Amino acid sequence: MHVVVCVKQVPDTTQVRVDPVTNTLIREGIPTVVNPFDYYALECALSIKARFGATVTLISMGPPDAVKSLKKCLAYGADRAVLLTDRAFAGSDTWATSYALSAAVRRLSQDEPVDIVICGKQTIDGDTAQTGPGIARHLGWQQVTYSTGVEHVDPDARTITAERKLERGKEIVRTTLPVVVTVVEDAPEIRYASLPGIITSLRYTPETWSVQQVDVELANLGLKGSPTKVKRIFAPPQRSGGEVVSVEKAGLVDAVKSAVDVLHTQGVL
Amino acid sequence: MPEKFDVIVVGAGLSGLSAAYTMVNKGLNVIVIERGDYPGAKNVMGGVLYRQPTSEVFPEFWKEAPVERPVIEQDMWLLSDASAVKAGHRSEAWAREPYNAFTVLRGKFDAWLGQKVADAGALIVPGTTVVDLLRDGRGRVIGVRTNRPDGDLLANIVILADGAVSLLSEKIELHTRWKPNQLALAVKEILAPPGKSDERAKIIEERFGLAPGEGLTIEMYGALTKGMVGTAFLYTNKDTLSFGVGALLSDYAEFKQNPHALLQIAKQHPALAPLFAGCEVREYAAHLIPEGGYDAIPPLFADGVMVVGDAAQLCNGLHREGSNLAVTSGKLAGETAIEAHNKGDFFGKTLSAYAAKLNDTFVIKDLRKYRRASQHMEKNRQFFTSYPAMLNNMATEFFTVDSVPKREKQWKIFKMAGNKLKIAADLWGLFKVVK
Repeated sequence: MHVVVCVKQVPDTTQVRVDPVTNTLIREGIPTVVNPFDYYALECALSIKARFGATVTLISMGPPDAVKSLKKCLAYGADRAVLLTDRAFAGSDTWATSYALSAAVRRLSQDEPVDIVICGKQTIDGDTAQTGPGIARHLGWQQVTYSTGVEHVDPDARTITAERKLERGKEIVRTTLPVVVTVVEDAPEIRYASLPGIITSLRYTPETWSVQQVDVELANLGLKGSPTKVKRIFAPPQRSGGEVVSVEKAGLVDAVKSAVDVLHTQGVL
Repeated sequence: MPEKFDVIVVGAGLSGLSAAYTMVNKGLNVIVIERGDYPGAKNVMGGVLYRQPTSEVFPEFWKEAPVERPVIEQDMWLLSDASAVKAGHRSEAWAREPYNAFTVLRGKFDAWLGQKVADAGALIVPGTTVVDLLRDGRGRVIGVRTNRPDGDLLANIVILADGAVSLLSEKIELHTRWKPNQLALAVKEILAPPGKSDERAKIIEERFGLAPGEGLTIEMYGALTKGMVGTAFLYTNKDTLSFGVGALLSDYAEFKQNPHALLQIAKQHPALAPLFAGCEVREYAAHLIPEGGYDAIPPLFADGVMVVGDAAQLCNGLHREGSNLAVTSGKLAGETAIEAHNKGDFFGKTLSAYAAKLNDTFVIKDLRKYRRASQHMEKNRQFFTSYPAMLNNMATEFFTVDSVPKREKQWKIFKMAGNKLKIAADLWGLFKVVK
């Protein structure tokens, strides 16, 4: 069995600020991290490897510096890591990104057929949750989104059983391989990497693929291949503080009355 | 079977990385194990790095390394509650190569240094804590145990660069737990003036009278430490200031001082407050500094192990030197490991060369010279209390123009000094300690 995990190196959004004048993100000096949801995807893959046996391959698309994140993830016990990096990929939206990643999955399948692709449910920089499902559509595969974990994989019957998180409750679904699974943060947390795992990752050099290594139409990549156009980026206006009705000054009854009045006039009640 | 290396270095600070770099450059198989998420992640030193000793291991490091500002002025202030006597030295020669010292923020600097050492061929394992040392039947150190699954590693030599507390050298009984008066606790803030980076740099240069890119340091004695044996310090970074206060750990307990409150009060001192006007606190950090001096230095080696840097109490508090002692001890331990590797003998007798070499350097010579300094200060607190206050009173009298004839003024100042015999004795005592 061959499981591919998609990893994205993202700016640490807890430290990103918006320039109040230009309305653009201040990226200067912001450290990059592995998208936190991708760790749940990685743990999901490693758990499949441990229970059912699998090769785990990491793929990422990004600048050359993203090998850093791939190496970090490899330490947890993945077997191989590939970075798609090329100027032609730059500026891709979720459609173009999932197109490029699906091409990479096809290329990996030439070495060993890929059965499962696992992604985090979304990234913390884009927040779209579209890339995982996009990969499934580009490949024509089944998809299980918002999964809290893969319960069973049957390589003979070619099926997978996974749990999905719903707004109210959970559902357990079975579908056929090959499949794309996106994983939520309610899934098991990433294991502690072993010392030999870390040492292996320090000695490992991820493969880097340009557009030459994957079968893609250049017109479908980058800004010009992206149907999404960003019209404007803006910071949400600061909320003003709420109105305070003092019980001490007005007395309890009048205070409640005036509070209800305010809610009426603002159309809340 | 755990993997075996020539040398395991515990701790990716200055001493550990200096040792590792020295050894990988001679082809040894070296692994460095660091507790923080990356080298520098746990380092809160915002202080002074000296050019000459550091470039003995990392030649011309300032050309690539993230240093803050070359130090062109070093000041010393003696403070009373509301006034200051200031002295210092400024030299434009220090603004040019080869430089004397730089202010650094070690969080950034060590990350750079770690990458340099990794590029040279050392494996640097971050986010991993060494919890114990592995020993054979004869007590010889043969490896380390980390907190990770399958976390044991073997080596011919382990170099302990695990910092001021050094639980590992305590574990193998090279020293007993440090006493509270053998450690100082320093607390520090990173303060940022308003504006963008270049605007902040400009504000700093205006407030401190510096040309673009130049830096200064101020060491302060007296009222700020509230009678405790300690100092306050201020260093200019590129676009922020490092300001902190430190005192003997035992004194905080004895004087019932809260370190954070101490720092906040210090910032309000009239000689300092205008320098911090409009500044925003970016970081607050606390750290222990070895202050035990020469008599606290543990045995520097045993079979299969050497101790370097803060872990070996190599710190010269009187001259606020530490980073240079770390680099030098790391380098010498590294060189000794290379000799041991070539001989194929890792017993204490071979490793004793490290201690012998260190004895011949400024590191041990200086610490031996100031052997009694810390205790002397503990017993003579007037150097931190009444003397700074008295000097300030004298200076105020001297510089106040109030139509009192100068001869009368001088006599008044002379009387302010009180018991001259006591002062003479104290000065003689101080001279004997630092001579």
